[in-house]
Amino acid sequence: MPGHGTRDTGHALLEVKGLRVAVAGNEILKGVDLAIREGEVHAIMGPNGSGKSTLAQVLAGHPAYTVLAGSAKYEGKGLLSMKPEERARAGVFLAFQYPVEIRGITNSYFLRSALNALRRERGEPELDPIDFLQVLEQKLKAIGWDDSMMNRPVNEGFSGGEKKRNEILQLAVLEPRLAILDETDSGLDIDALKTVAHAVNQLRGPKRSFLIVTHYQRLLNHITPDVVHVLADGRIVKSGGPELAHELEAKGYDWLRDAAMVS
Amino acid sequence: MTSIEAHVQQPYKYGFVTDIESEVVPAGLNEDVIRLISAKKGEPEWMLAWRLKAYRNWLKMSEPHWPNVKYGPIDYQAISYYAAPKQKPKLDSLDQVDPKLVQTFEKLGIPIEEQKRLTGVAVDAVFDSVSVATTFQAELAKYGVIFMPISQAIREHADLVQQYVGTVVPYNDNFFAALNSAVFTDGSFVYVPKGVRCPLELSTYFRINASSTGQFERTLIIADEGSYVSYLEGCSAPMRDENQLHAAVVELVALDRATIKYSTIQNWYPGDEEGKGGIYNFVTKRGKCAGVNSKISWTQVETGSAITWKYPGCILQGDNSIGEFYSVAVTSRKQQADTGTKMIHLGKNTRSTIVSKGISAGRGQNTYRGLVKIMKGAEGARNYSQCDSMLIGDKCGAHTFPYIDVRNSTAIMEHEASTSKIGEDQIFYLRQRGLSAEDAVSMIVNGFCKEVFKELPMEFAVEATRLLGISLEGSVG
Ligand SMILES: Nc1ncnc2c1ncn2[C@@H]1O[C@H](COP(=O)(O)OP(=O)(O)O)[C@@H](O)[C@H]1O
Ligand SMILES: [Mg+2]
Repeated sequence: MPGHGTRDTGHALLEVKGLRVAVAGNEILKGVDLAIREGEVHAIMGPNGSGKSTLAQVLAGHPAYTVLAGSAKYEGKGLLSMKPEERARAGVFLAFQYPVEIRGITNSYFLRSALNALRRERGEPELDPIDFLQVLEQKLKAIGWDDSMMNRPVNEGFSGGEKKRNEILQLAVLEPRLAILDETDSGLDIDALKTVAHAVNQLRGPKRSFLIVTHYQRLLNHITPDVVHVLADGRIVKSGGPELAHELEAKGYDWLRDAAMVS
Repeated sequence: MTSIEAHVQQPYKYGFVTDIESEVVPAGLNEDVIRLISAKKGEPEWMLAWRLKAYRNWLKMSEPHWPNVKYGPIDYQAISYYAAPKQKPKLDSLDQVDPKLVQTFEKLGIPIEEQKRLTGVAVDAVFDSVSVATTFQAELAKYGVIFMPISQAIREHADLVQQYVGTVVPYNDNFFAALNSAVFTDGSFVYVPKGVRCPLELSTYFRINASSTGQFERTLIIADEGSYVSYLEGCSAPMRDENQLHAAVVELVALDRATIKYSTIQNWYPGDEEGKGGIYNFVTKRGKCAGVNSKISWTQVETGSAITWKYPGCILQGDNSIGEFYSVAVTSRKQQADTGTKMIHLGKNTRSTIVSKGISAGRGQNTYRGLVKIMKGAEGARNYSQCDSMLIGDKCGAHTFPYIDVRNSTAIMEHEASTSKIGEDQIFYLRQRGLSAEDAVSMIVNGFCKEVFKELPMEFAVEATRLLGISLEGSVG
């Protein structure tokens, strides 16, 4: 999709071709093509049930999703044969639509364990709790939190919005190369939305790419994507620049869904 | 088997047999065998009389079948009731211990040479029916703390043993307690004098080695007024196709303002995948908070045994006394556990806390059974109970039977319970953050057991988490 605000110079970080995916015996993705270059921000929009989360989960390696056909290359290597933790350590991060709770494990211990897993992979020394606290302080500021959230068990008793902020905190600490955000905007009030968008904008850079999954365009008012794709019935039925998001806001998805059925 | 299950169900690492010449009395149970055991231990007449009284009672009792466990009939005449490695009579010096025994305990991570000691832990090492070494006895004696095999205490501190033995768990308390009272061999005796805070952690390690034998440990701990002691026990056994019986009795007595902290890491051989072999662990453990403001705290991590039947409890007799029970019970393979506690409130303002964590994997069956009884005179008694079950896989089971009997209307009772399934989504979430599948399971299990692990003394917390294949929060780099 050159021409939609993308720079032709960057290397492809993620290249998905003809991806067909089934879950619980139903084919959900029916041939998805997608190329994200270094530094680009892509948005995937689409009606509920169109397969947006399926795409996010399959890229992260959730075992419940079966790849029927197609390929996904990340940094030129086959992504789909990697274990979930290998993908994570290679820099693929998924901010979950529904983050899970981990009882009895503090947020700070969890996050430090995750960071140390990545550091081990990169051959860097692991951080002890004191060093980690320093890293954390700055990142907490970015999402407007103090460290009281860090001594609570992971996501346990967190409000919907707090869970989403926690995902962005993890994103900020783990500094992935490819960040996939699945409906991070849902459940956020406008102030939280702005904070999250601001944190994401801060993390944008020439080496980091984003795939932002959203149902509404309101997040995209604050994070301007390079490319917008519309997923309907398991296929990308339209791609365009940021203006496409506005068009969708005005017209809804039905006209595109009909187009997908016909094709 | 999923990767999660495989992780919880690790191979049993303590299943070796020590090749050592042993004296094993022929199988069978009768009064002559009891006389023989008593004679071998050089016991005074009153002890033998007590054993025989227990035996005669036991003959009239029948094996309890109310626990939620299934097993074939036990032939009590097919068991040998006494087995001991042949070695010189125990001398004062630990150098006299047979090197094979030293090596055995070394292999189990229990150094019995004092120079290799675990910092701050005194150990009584019991091998089959005898204690083979007890470390730091002299050091402890400086504080007036008595820590020795119970058979030695019966000879050397007869007055104390006679005063307390059977006062918390009577000789006819139940079928297995009566059997134990008749044939018990070794175990530890602890007395902490008035006002003394025991300077070392005390611990006993029980090792079954000989085949076709049973082990009948008996432990008695007395904490005199205003004293404190922390005691730990561990155990293991060889891998064998036969089932071996371990029927123990543990009695604790806490006088005014005394505190006893009793921790167990139970790692008997659990049997194989198909449920063949493994230890039958039928145990009676009870503490009496006899004095005002006394406290008894039980912590147990139960990972082994084919069958576990065990309800460490507290009789809260002294006013303001406190009873606690913290438990992690894991059943994998075809293990069955029916475990919990009994808290009997007699005194005023007595308090009890129960935290039970059951983890079931493989085809394991895990039952929590607890009784909280508030008697008429227990004005202002309180109990808090929390029973959580975690299921790993779909062939295992978790069951909860909390019994409550309140006879005083001022009692405040709180009960919480939950059952959760360790989910693919939880594991995936952690793996997506870069943790391996094993570390993910560890973290989830660790979080689930946290309230119990934090009660364990540090050395044992590490051991417990290692047993569950999990790493302790805070101990990871
Ligand atoms: N784990 C699952 N098991 C069964 N069906 C699923 C699962 N995940 C997704 N689906 C189904 O796949 C379709 C697409 O879901 P999803 O990818 O979550 O859509 P979106 O995120 O676009 O709303 C839906 O019909 C949903 O019910
Ligand atoms: Mg979704």
